[in-house]
Amino acid sequence: MKIKQPIAESQIWSWLEEVTDPEIPVLNVVEMGIVRNVEIGKYDEITVKITPTYSGCPAMNAIENEIHKKLLDKGASNYRVVTDYKEIWTTDWMTNNAKQKLKEYGIAPPEKTPAGKDFLTSLKSQQKIVPCPWCDSMETELQSEFGSTACKAQYYCNECLQPFEYFKCI
Amino acid sequence: MSTLETIPNSKKEVLVEILLRLADDRLILGHRLSEWAGHAPELEEDLALANIALDMIGHASALYGYAAQLEDKPDEDHYAYFRDDIDFKNIALTELPRGDFAFTTARLFLFSTFSYLLYNNITQVIEEEQFNGIIKKHFNEIKYHLRHSREWVLRLGDGTDLSKLKIQQAIDDLWMYTGEMFETDKTENLAAGYNLFIDVPVLKNEWMKWVTETLEEATLKTPDNNQYMFTGSRQGRHTEHLGRLLAEMQFLRRSYPDADWK
Ligand SMILES: [Zn+2]
Repeated sequence: MKIKQPIAESQIWSWLEEVTDPEIPVLNVVEMGIVRNVEIGKYDEITVKITPTYSGCPAMNAIENEIHKKLLDKGASNYRVVTDYKEIWTTDWMTNNAKQKLKEYGIAPPEKTPAGKDFLTSLKSQQKIVPCPWCDSMETELQSEFGSTACKAQYYCNECLQPFEYFKCI
Repeated sequence: MSTLETIPNSKKEVLVEILLRLADDRLILGHRLSEWAGHAPELEEDLALANIALDMIGHASALYGYAAQLEDKPDEDHYAYFRDDIDFKNIALTELPRGDFAFTTARLFLFSTFSYLLYNNITQVIEEEQFNGIIKKHFNEIKYHLRHSREWVLRLGDGTDLSKLKIQQAIDDLWMYTGEMFETDKTENLAAGYNLFIDVPVLKNEWMKWVTETLEEATLKTPDNNQYMFTGSRQGRHTEHLGRLLAEMQFLRRSYPDADWK
């Protein structure tokens, strides 16, 4: 299918909301804050600006491919996807709605990023309490600061005896 | 073609050279760290080292990608796979064989402390928006690397007699390779003039302070700076280890230049 450009910006945003993060399929790339901007140029060419979450995130390539695929599937032909570093991605951008979806998916959502030299204190010695996303218990313990992907730490709930992941702040 | 001792003569060439130096350090150390995948002393550490390796390779990829744009090369792979050891500008510290876990920890700690201070300082001078953005982004991730390796230095130093012996030995063995972090040359002077880099020797005192503080807390001794320091890597004169690393890293891509995952 080939549609005629011009297309409205709002239309493109809603297409992009259909693209999800392969690691966290409950969140789309717009609510993750990965898509920074959509521009339509003088010749109806579409520019989608994205920014990486974590540099070591192998999903970034997959996400970029999915965006290309989505635009093509919707019939857009004159477009490009560019990586932009104007604003640096932070977990603070995640909306409350997105955090709620993360929790329902079984990943404890990120809290506020630490300021100054506080980053030198590990999650363990901070004795930070991360509530269990399954049962809301505070009786949880850190198993590993690094989890299945760069963005997550591994926790265990002593109440419901379930392991879970915590989305680290950056 | 060798880039040994050539001086870049435009702002763009200077920027490319700086991007490659930063990227080479990270690609090579990232590769060394990736060798731990499946071999770390415990599962959690296996995950940690693999994640940090991925970060570093990701950092290199973004820097090479920017250089490729500036030089009109197809992509970042050009720099990773199709240059020879003499063209790589990483410091020798990053290319030394992975060693044991104490050696890996000590190297990551010494390098991450340097990386943290360097990035923190250069973001304040770089005017190029994209370059500055990339550095700021990576800076946030380097914090994790520094924290993680620092915690392990403390744990090993203040651990058993054997762990203390091993981490002290690793710090002592690595010390002669730390001098290159604070060396400068014509290219970097030019870069500082264009607000693309800083005069790195100014970081030495602060780095010493950070490292000494942690080593003291870990009940370890800081080695003497008045000793022979390895030099020459930034000009492409490497140890014998880099060639072997590159042979392993590059052979597939060079044998099958059009190889694809699909
Ligand atoms: Zn629970």
